[in-house]
Amino acid sequence: MSQLLESPLNPADAVLDQTCLAGDPWMATVRAGQTFRILDLEGNQAVDTLFYSAADAAERYSTADTIARNGQLYLGLGSRLYSNAGRVMLAIVADTCGRHDTLGGACSSESNTVRYAMDKRPMHSCRDSFMHAICHCREAGLLGMGKRDIAPNINFFMNVPVTPEGRLSFEDGISGAGKYVELKAEMDVVVLISNCPQLNNPCNGYNPTPIRLLVWD
Amino acid sequence: MNPTTIPPDHLLWEEHLPGGNHWSGRLRRGTALRLTDLQGGANVSALFFNAEQPLERYNMPDTLKSQHTGFLTAGHVCQSDMGRVLCSITGDSLGWHDTWCGVSDAAMVLARYGEKHYQQHRNAMHRNGRDNLLIELAKWGLGARDLVPCVNFFSKVVPDADGVLSHASGHSKVGSHVALRFEMDTLVVLSSAPHPLDANPVYAPADVVLSAYRAAPVAADDTCRTQCPQNGRAFTNTERYCGAAA
Repeated sequence: MSQLLESPLNPADAVLDQTCLAGDPWMATVRAGQTFRILDLEGNQAVDTLFYSAADAAERYSTADTIARNGQLYLGLGSRLYSNAGRVMLAIVADTCGRHDTLGGACSSESNTVRYAMDKRPMHSCRDSFMHAICHCREAGLLGMGKRDIAPNINFFMNVPVTPEGRLSFEDGISGAGKYVELKAEMDVVVLISNCPQLNNPCNGYNPTPIRLLVWD
Repeated sequence: MNPTTIPPDHLLWEEHLPGGNHWSGRLRRGTALRLTDLQGGANVSALFFNAEQPLERYNMPDTLKSQHTGFLTAGHVCQSDMGRVLCSITGDSLGWHDTWCGVSDAAMVLARYGEKHYQQHRNAMHRNGRDNLLIELAKWGLGARDLVPCVNFFSKVVPDADGVLSHASGHSKVGSHVALRFEMDTLVVLSSAPHPLDANPVYAPADVVLSAYRAAPVAADDTCRTQCPQNGRAFTNTERYCGAAA
């Protein structure tokens, strides 16, 4: 686990303060210099998150660039999130959880059939939430986004340890009620979140719950 | 370890891919592609797309989580984001191929190896993984939006207990190879530029031979299909899509 650090920012001073229910997508713009907090209200909630340049969605958060340029599989305090153009999009400036996942991706109807059973296909999923956001959110429309723009995401508050032998496991969450991660934007970014509805594994403690999203100037 | 020998009458074509170069092509369901490292220390970054609808593409997280692995070797499959198998790894002499680190870019190659421009160095110029993949993607009407985490064949990167990564130098030897059997008609996009975490201070990407051949039919007890129940269901999804008997 990486070092923990609390934020000095006061929610009363936030310029944006919203709640996103489990199973919903959420999309907003965060400007360079602003600070963005994702807060796990009830604990053990996976928050599937993508970032795009607000100027051009073709520049986006890149899992591979972030892993290779940090030389690190997990995200924590001090991690920089890199775009596919090799630029720093955001940096983690406060964290009370200790580890966030880069490898687990987002659940989908199709991957649920593979991972669990063919009859899990109708269950709600993160990638269906991403598709819904692409069709409905103003930011996605302005940037002309489509399925091509949905690349592997970050799972804030999710714990996917990899052993030195290369084995991947999905462990119980290490997050708890009130834990948060805070990112400072280094460029204007559009945030796309799916507040994960997965019920087939412990990533949400089998009980998906709301999250709170705050932005400070 | 599971080496692959191609029966001579199954061979379709062979092509030499110089180190640092790029290639793309279509591999049909029922065909296979063996990649062989000619000099040792090769890295082949690979992307896979459904050839008839490239919105469907290789998905690193789906591939890793359904097989509970962080790397790829024989018995594993490369899954698409639609729950299907693009290709199966039927043979591997190495035991570990990287899935995490993506590709180098122009700034990284310039900083690490210095400049070698075409004007002075002709085809010995330095190339980088990102531009290599973008050049090939563009030939199929694709671009930066389609550039997702790739497989880095022949490269091994290991994490310590805290997730800090180190690149295993000398992992791939002369003659190391990996064989892919295509379960769907697949667009394959390759770059043979150095791995982004390769610590070799000299730009010396190894050449690779691509050998395409007719694959034997997938048996009911195929090791990739029976590796885990998840792979069995991914094969079922693939057969439904291809109109094959499931």
